[in-house]
Amino acid sequence: MENAKIVENAAFNLIKQAVIYLPKDVKQALEKAYMEETSEAGKTQLKAILDNIELAEKYQSPICQDTGTIIFYARAGANFKNLDKVEEALTNATRRATKEVPLRPNAVDPFTQKNSGDNTGRFIPYINWEIATGDTLELTVMTKGGGSENVCVTGTLVPGEGINGLKKFVIEAVIKAGAQPCPPTILGIAMGGGVDIAMKLAKKALLRPLNEPNPNPEIAKLEKELFEAANMTGIGPMGLGGRTTVLGVHVEYAFRHPASFPAAVAFNCWAARRAAARIHTDGTVEYLTHKEKV
Amino acid sequence: MTVYHLKTPISEEEIRKLKVNDVLYITGTIVTARDQAHRRALEYFKEGKRLPVNLEGLAVFHCGPVVKKEDEKWVAVAAGPTTSTRMDIFEDEFIKNFKVRVVIGKGGMGKRTTDAMAKYGAVYGAFTGGAAILAAKAIKNVKGVEWLDLGTPEALWIFEVEDFGPLAVAIDSHGNNLFTDVAKSVEENRKRIYQKLGLQP
Ligand code: SF4
Repeated sequence: MENAKIVENAAFNLIKQAVIYLPKDVKQALEKAYMEETSEAGKTQLKAILDNIELAEKYQSPICQDTGTIIFYARAGANFKNLDKVEEALTNATRRATKEVPLRPNAVDPFTQKNSGDNTGRFIPYINWEIATGDTLELTVMTKGGGSENVCVTGTLVPGEGINGLKKFVIEAVIKAGAQPCPPTILGIAMGGGVDIAMKLAKKALLRPLNEPNPNPEIAKLEKELFEAANMTGIGPMGLGGRTTVLGVHVEYAFRHPASFPAAVAFNCWAARRAAARIHTDGTVEYLTHKEKV
Repeated sequence: MTVYHLKTPISEEEIRKLKVNDVLYITGTIVTARDQAHRRALEYFKEGKRLPVNLEGLAVFHCGPVVKKEDEKWVAVAAGPTTSTRMDIFEDEFIKNFKVRVVIGKGGMGKRTTDAMAKYGAVYGAFTGGAAILAAKAIKNVKGVEWLDLGTPEALWIFEVEDFGPLAVAIDSHGNNLFTDVAKSVEENRKRIYQKLGLQP
């Protein structure tokens, strides 16, 4: 089979896997939250979430009616063949998935308010490119729900306040978001760069598995601190109160300009859908997150 | 926490037994309505026109379902709740005029709705956001659809349901609102968090 078609098929499978099966780490975190939740209302919500996940798998149906905006992360080996065809392949895969899975059409022209009907449009699906050595293409898809997108925030903090300013920014974002992003959520947090860089890093941090703290112990400590603080808010599952408001907190950073301290908080809902695969130049596809579902 | 299984039409007496934190499952008829349908229903009432469905004793569901037609018959594929706050400006009149006993949605509703629920006898049942398959599987039959001219998500979908839930009773007919309670304790908790992290407000 020709290279571009292989990429298209792999991307189609990734979208399908992502919207039907939650990754193992997210499922495990939800199960743990259910065991540990002490608020009755919160526990009922977590049980409903777990039942819903099971039904989605059983009936091969998307977990949530909002199948999100399709975002790809492509880590391209410099020697991977036909890189110029990848964009088209991903767009085709998105169209096919919309029809065949099916997905809810979620791509709207902001000027005319017209829905394209197939989840594609200007810059959508969005592709985040990264170039690496080697001859493989590592492809990750995130299907990002609207409810949790609406509460993502960026800000420029006061540099003099340092990390304390960031902590405040995060806590306020979680409190303000309340029930809106369908908690329990996952938080991607980033500081530094420029505002755009911070949000890009924050969103990418949502892809990191929940059981993997940041390798830098200093940042891992901050992640733990913010995780505990966010769960102290008592917002709870679906905002009905309880100890589970977030399932995980992932922090990333870039260096900053001396005069500015950009920060970003990206939210992902409990339906934290992602799937990844590695495509080799010889055409073999290795599924990384959903091995058993291919 | 008590678990209730109620059949529509639900009487005022039955609904008044429910308290916040109870869990409710509904069997019978529920009707979807979002902003547009709420607005039109209230206009109809003002003009003295009858609604295409009698909502008395039923549940209204804040939901824009994903539906498909199979052999000329509608099927609900996914039917998770939408954010209820958008309907806050209509719901008090809606409850008063049409005597619905349950409002289903996500995210909770405000004081106007809470007051109307206490006055006329209704509860708010929070359905888990995103749990679209769970909802769809409890829908046994699409009994009908009205006002399709508003578009599929905004139309009135009349669903026959069996044990639709779990619905967390988050507003009861006695003036209690779980979301308001949570918001209050979050305010308190914010102080504790700031203290723990050594932050200045
Ligand atoms: S926020 Fe997530 S779980 Fe909630 S409705 Fe949107 S996509 Fe579904």
